Amino acid sequence: MRKIWAIVWKDIITELRTKELLSSMLTFALLIIVIFNFAFDFSSELIPTAAPAILWVAFTFAGVLGLGRSFALEKEGNSILGILLTPTDRTIIFLGKMISNAIFVFIVALLILPMFVLFFNYGLSRSLMPLLLIVFLGTIGFAAVGTLFSAMALNTKLREVLLPILIFPIIIPVIVSSVKLSGAVLSGNPMSRAGSALQVLVSFDIIFLVICAVVFEYVIEE
Amino acid sequence: MRILTGLAFVGIVASLYAAFIYAPTEAVMGPVQRIFYFHMGTVWVATIAFIIVFISSIQYLRKESRFWDVLALSSAEIGVLFITLTIITGSIWAKPVWGTWWTWDPQLTTTFVLWILYVVYLILRSSAGGDPRKAKYAAVFGIIAFLDLPLVYASARLMRGISPVVFGGSGGGIAPEMMVALLVNLVGFTLLFLLLLKQRIDIERMTDELSKLKLEEASQ
Repeated sequence: MRKIWAIVWKDIITELRTKELLSSMLTFALLIIVIFNFAFDFSSELIPTAAPAILWVAFTFAGVLGLGRSFALEKEGNSILGILLTPTDRTIIFLGKMISNAIFVFIVALLILPMFVLFFNYGLSRSLMPLLLIVFLGTIGFAAVGTLFSAMALNTKLREVLLPILIFPIIIPVIVSSVKLSGAVLSGNPMSRAGSALQVLVSFDIIFLVICAVVFEYVIEE
Repeated sequence: MRILTGLAFVGIVASLYAAFIYAPTEAVMGPVQRIFYFHMGTVWVATIAFIIVFISSIQYLRKESRFWDVLALSSAEIGVLFITLTIITGSIWAKPVWGTWWTWDPQLTTTFVLWILYVVYLILRSSAGGDPRKAKYAAVFGIIAFLDLPLVYASARLMRGISPVVFGGSGGGIAPEMMVALLVNLVGFTLLFLLLLKQRIDIERMTDELSKLKLEEASQ
C-alpha cells in the first residue's frame, strides 16, 4: 500500500511544482465548453439535454490530454526505468498511476463544475452530492482504461495521437451512463432507467479496474 | 488446402442457390428479404472471428507463442471484412424495409462500435510496427475490446430504450425451407471463413520466414 501512495505522492508533488498538467487540462476543458457555446445556439429547451453531454465531452477530452502527458512525462525523464527496477508488483505501479491520474481528472472536474453552473445557470445545491458521485465513478472507469492505454500508446509510432483512438470506443459505456445520470440529477427529474445506468457504470468500473490491473504487466515491460 | 478450397467453393455456390432459388419469397418484404441469408452468414462469420481474436489474445499473453499472435491478426482482419459486409448488407436490406439506411437502435449501434473497435485493433497493430513486443499491446486491446462489448450493448439500450426485433420479417415461425437455406448459408460462409483464415495465416508465416532469411543473409 505504501508503494502506491509513494507513486501517487510523487505525481502530485511533480504536478504542484510544474502545474503543467492541471493548467492545460483546465484550459482545454474550458475551451471546449466555450466552443460548444458558439457551435450551438442555446435555447433554454436545448440546455437540459445538451449540458450534461457537453460536461462529459469536456471532461473526457481534457482527461485524455492529461493522461497522455502523464506517461509522456515519465518517459521523458526516463523515470519509467527507475520505477520498473524497484521490486514492486506491476499491479502496484498501475494502481499508483491510476489513482494519480484519477485525482487530476477529478480536480479538473471540480474546477469545471462551478464554471458550468455559471454558464448554464444551474442551481446545484440539491444535486451536488449525487453529481460528484457520478463524476467520481466515471473518473474511475476512465482512469483505469486510460492509464493502461496511455502506457501502450507511448511506445507506438503514433504516440499520444493513438490514445484517443484507443480510449474513446472503449469508454462509450462510461460516457453514455454518466451523461444519462448527470442529466437526471441536474434536471431534478428521476430518470426511469437511472438504476440500469448506474449498473452499467459500476459494472464497467469494477470489471475494467480488475482487468486493466491484471493486464498492465504485459504492457509495461520495457 | 485444395480440399478446403473445393469445399468452400461448393459451400458458397450452395449458399447462393439456397438463397436465390431454393428459398421461397417472403410474404411481407418480398425478394429483398433474400439478402437476410447472406447477412446472417456474414454476422455469423464475424462473430466466430472475433471470438477467435479474444481467445487467441488471451493465449498469446499466456504462452507468448507466435502462432496465437498470427491467429489473432488473421482472424481480426477477416472479422473486420465480414463486419463491414454485415453492415452493408444490413443497410441494403433496411432501406426498402424500414425506409432508412440506418437507425441508432441498440443492435446496430453495437455492431458499429464493434466495427470501430476492431479497426482500432488493426490500427494499433500497424502502428506497433510489427515488433513482437508490441504484439502484446494488440492482445491486450483484443481482450478489452471483447469484454467491452456487452457493456456497449447495455449502454445502447439505455440510449434508446426499446430495441425492435431486427429479423421480425419471418414472424414467429420460420418456414422450413427458409431454415434450410439459412443453415446452408451459415455452413457455406463458415467454409469460406476457414479458407480465408488459412490463407492469411500462411501468408503471415511466409512473411516471417522471409524476414528470418533476410536476417540470416544480412548477418553473414
